[in-house]
Amino acid sequence: MRYLPTSAAERTEMLAALGCASIEDLFASIPAAIRLRHPLTLPPAMSEPEILDYFRARAQENAPDYLRFLGAGAYYHFQPVVIDALISRGEFFTAYTPYQAEISQGTLQSIFEFQTLICQLTAQEIANASLYDGSTGLAEGAIMAVRLTDRSRVLVARSIHPEYREVLATYARNQKFDIEELPYLPSGQLDPQALARRLNQQTAAVAIQSPNFFGCLEEVAALAAQVHQQGALLVSVINEPVALGLLRPPAEADIVVLEAQALGLPPSFGGPYVGVLATKEKYVRSMPGRLAGETTDAAGRRGFVLTLATREQHIRREKATSNICTNQALCALMASIFMCVYGKQGLRELAEQNLAKAHYAASALGKVPGTKRLFSAPFFNEFVLQVPGDTSLVLRRLAEQKILAGIELARFYPELKNTLLICVTETHTRADIDRLVAGYRAALGVGGA
Amino acid sequence: MPEQIRKARPHVSQSEGLIFEKSSPGKHAYSLPPLDVPAVKPEDILGRARLRAEITDFPEVSEVEIVRHFTRLSTWNYGVDTGMYPLGSCTMKYNPRVNEVVTRLEGLANAHPYQPAAFSQGCLKILWQLERCLLEITGMDAITLQPAAGAHGELTGILLTRAYLTAQSNPRKKVLIPDSAHGTNPATGTMAGYQIENVKSNRQGQVDLDSLRAVMTEDVAALMITNPNTLGVFEENIAEIAEIVHARGGLLYMDGANMNALMGVTRPGDFGVDIVHLNLHKTFSTPHGGGGPGAGPIAVKKSLAPFLPVPVLEQQADGSLRFTYDRPQTIGRMRAFYGNFGVLVRALAYILANGAEGLLEAAQDAVLNSNYIRRQLEDVYELPYKSPTLHECVFSDKHQAKYGVRTMDIAKRLLDFGFYAYTVAFPLIVPGALMIEPTESESKEELDLFVDAMRAIAREAETNPELLKTAPHTTRVGRLDEVRAARNPILRWQPAD
Repeated sequence: MRYLPTSAAERTEMLAALGCASIEDLFASIPAAIRLRHPLTLPPAMSEPEILDYFRARAQENAPDYLRFLGAGAYYHFQPVVIDALISRGEFFTAYTPYQAEISQGTLQSIFEFQTLICQLTAQEIANASLYDGSTGLAEGAIMAVRLTDRSRVLVARSIHPEYREVLATYARNQKFDIEELPYLPSGQLDPQALARRLNQQTAAVAIQSPNFFGCLEEVAALAAQVHQQGALLVSVINEPVALGLLRPPAEADIVVLEAQALGLPPSFGGPYVGVLATKEKYVRSMPGRLAGETTDAAGRRGFVLTLATREQHIRREKATSNICTNQALCALMASIFMCVYGKQGLRELAEQNLAKAHYAASALGKVPGTKRLFSAPFFNEFVLQVPGDTSLVLRRLAEQKILAGIELARFYPELKNTLLICVTETHTRADIDRLVAGYRAALGVGGA
Repeated sequence: MPEQIRKARPHVSQSEGLIFEKSSPGKHAYSLPPLDVPAVKPEDILGRARLRAEITDFPEVSEVEIVRHFTRLSTWNYGVDTGMYPLGSCTMKYNPRVNEVVTRLEGLANAHPYQPAAFSQGCLKILWQLERCLLEITGMDAITLQPAAGAHGELTGILLTRAYLTAQSNPRKKVLIPDSAHGTNPATGTMAGYQIENVKSNRQGQVDLDSLRAVMTEDVAALMITNPNTLGVFEENIAEIAEIVHARGGLLYMDGANMNALMGVTRPGDFGVDIVHLNLHKTFSTPHGGGGPGAGPIAVKKSLAPFLPVPVLEQQADGSLRFTYDRPQTIGRMRAFYGNFGVLVRALAYILANGAEGLLEAAQDAVLNSNYIRRQLEDVYELPYKSPTLHECVFSDKHQAKYGVRTMDIAKRLLDFGFYAYTVAFPLIVPGALMIEPTESESKEELDLFVDAMRAIAREAETNPELLKTAPHTTRVGRLDEVRAARNPILRWQPAD
């Protein structure tokens, strides 16, 4: 096998050194009764060219040449090529979690930089090294809020990503808190009056998302004030962090859960992505996940280590803040490089392009007879369209033109029949958007522009 | 006198500050095409109150500075590509490059999780194929690829246990965990709402059957066992252990962190395991990335299949694949979308490259390498448990402690010899543990260098213990002050005032 460096002669030599007649001797501790008596039934071993062919064939079965206007928690943004070049260095991607700090300073410093970049982006005081993704991040954030407040209820906006809410429900089922969902207004935003009715001294946290799943911006500062009046914590989810190039960061939130996929990671059929939790310094000891911190060696040289491990499973075992161990370090590095490439000016320009293109598309689609934008709240790069007639049929006809035009919201919100969630980013040219609009008109059977 | 070090020698490495310290106004590394739609005024569309001022202290650097910055940082790291990484329980094997290429193919990397199933058949076939392979390797009946890492898989597995037992009438109260277990096991039990009770190991480093019988009551939901355990010892009584647990109506959960030793040799499904998680970033060669991303699929017996997280992949009558969500007994969803797809692609590429024969050979070489190291070092390091071991071996620092040298000191000195360290002070049942797992990826030449280094360090412990206690000496930074880091946490850069 080409990945194995030991020759037959060396195996013999090593077995002889062990006084073994055959390799079987080394497995003698496994009782015969449970030994496999035949080879595993697996596809025959492939050469490298065969492996490439196999996956190229699979890649072709995913409509790679179709135009996509899909978002909903997985965004298309241009990935500067230096990201892949840099993370492909073996010293980064073949390293383990940095337990031996002295020969892991590259990983540790990059985590420290990631933590700092996330704090700057979100206007929070501290951030962790990463969590699996935004959905598990929301669950960890809610558990943290329950721990901090010693209260037992979490209120969750229905305008949070539906799959994030499902994950939260799975985690909550066996924790000591329950969940209640908060409705949205016709504007697409969380209903503050419904919140007022449900918010009380039992409320540990209120979780919102902005831009929310419909693409609408929530009134984060006002909601924070409302939540804090009852001594509860505001957990603010950010699914599309490119928006933060332009939008006021959720400084008033107590816990920010951010999914950083949009910052340089490909959609990759849903993962790997990278969640991160940012919060106030005073909450650090309740925080889940790894943290890199600055320190010095005996000579006074600056270095970085994993720190505050007394929160974590390998020290605290059953009393840990979370069971998380392996997280998403390499993905966090991708997001860091992305943020460095765009930097202060670039992230703003990127956000402005997204805003302009999405509004150009929304405006053009909104002019098609029978079609309108469903929600009135301001949006960033994603919006909901009310479509006349059967959306499945419209989407099928668009697909015939090699356009994957959006996501049917009825799949997640039964009350939102005949609506499409459409995402437009800087990756779409004007010609792409015009093709979408023309295709949409054709699918509906209405004439040219 | 310090020993002659053959494997490595110091070389100049570049100094590099934090990216924020390199920033200066007006520099940038990005390029965007000119906006080809009408420009909009953000304040008109969103309102001035919704907009931020510039992002305070966000970096402003050029492309070449970014490339140098991260390249320099990378050279301060040690990876499997650099050399042997004997980190016990972590299975730091070679990460084949072709896996990196295939996962970046445009049709895979750019596949959207919500594109219709008809346009996702390639992705779904990959998942389906990987599921079939992992079921065959584990001997189980059903599987979910959703969990993002081993600990996430554990949580999935224990929630499955709870759901299964609840359906039987009673979720029960406790989860049993051997004292040699990974820390994630007890933390997982707590997250799933269970109390944790430890089971003692016997003098052979295996689960003590009498202790198990004593604690295995009808309050116990599951025993979480690692097999081979963290000493590298195969639990010889595994069939009896399963019987004891099953007789009281509990489930046997296997932490599959050490599955590398068993591929093609024996299968959890054939020795009584009800639920097993796999760490694809260990056994199946997906790169560890400095701490993720990983993947922790959970495979189960038929009786647990109805409780698996949604969605579940199913094959239709016409052979096409799709996700189904209508599973009334499901534990729910463990994460958004379908798992760390990019990691799953790499794992399948690895299995396809190996085939059945290659995987068996990998397990055999991993066990051979570990035993070779054990034999070459057992006269200088104490071996607290003499049971036969498979893919890893655990020594203690007892002989060296006489000179004031502890396992951490030996580990730090190993860095000067050009190796990554073994796992330090784990498992907890071995005071001062040195846990060594070479994997199959190390040549005899590399193993011999490792043995030489460990023997040299043992000699140094006697003749010059101070050298070890102050190690490492040739790394970019010396031993870092962890107490200071924890006492006065500095968790982000701040500009100097």
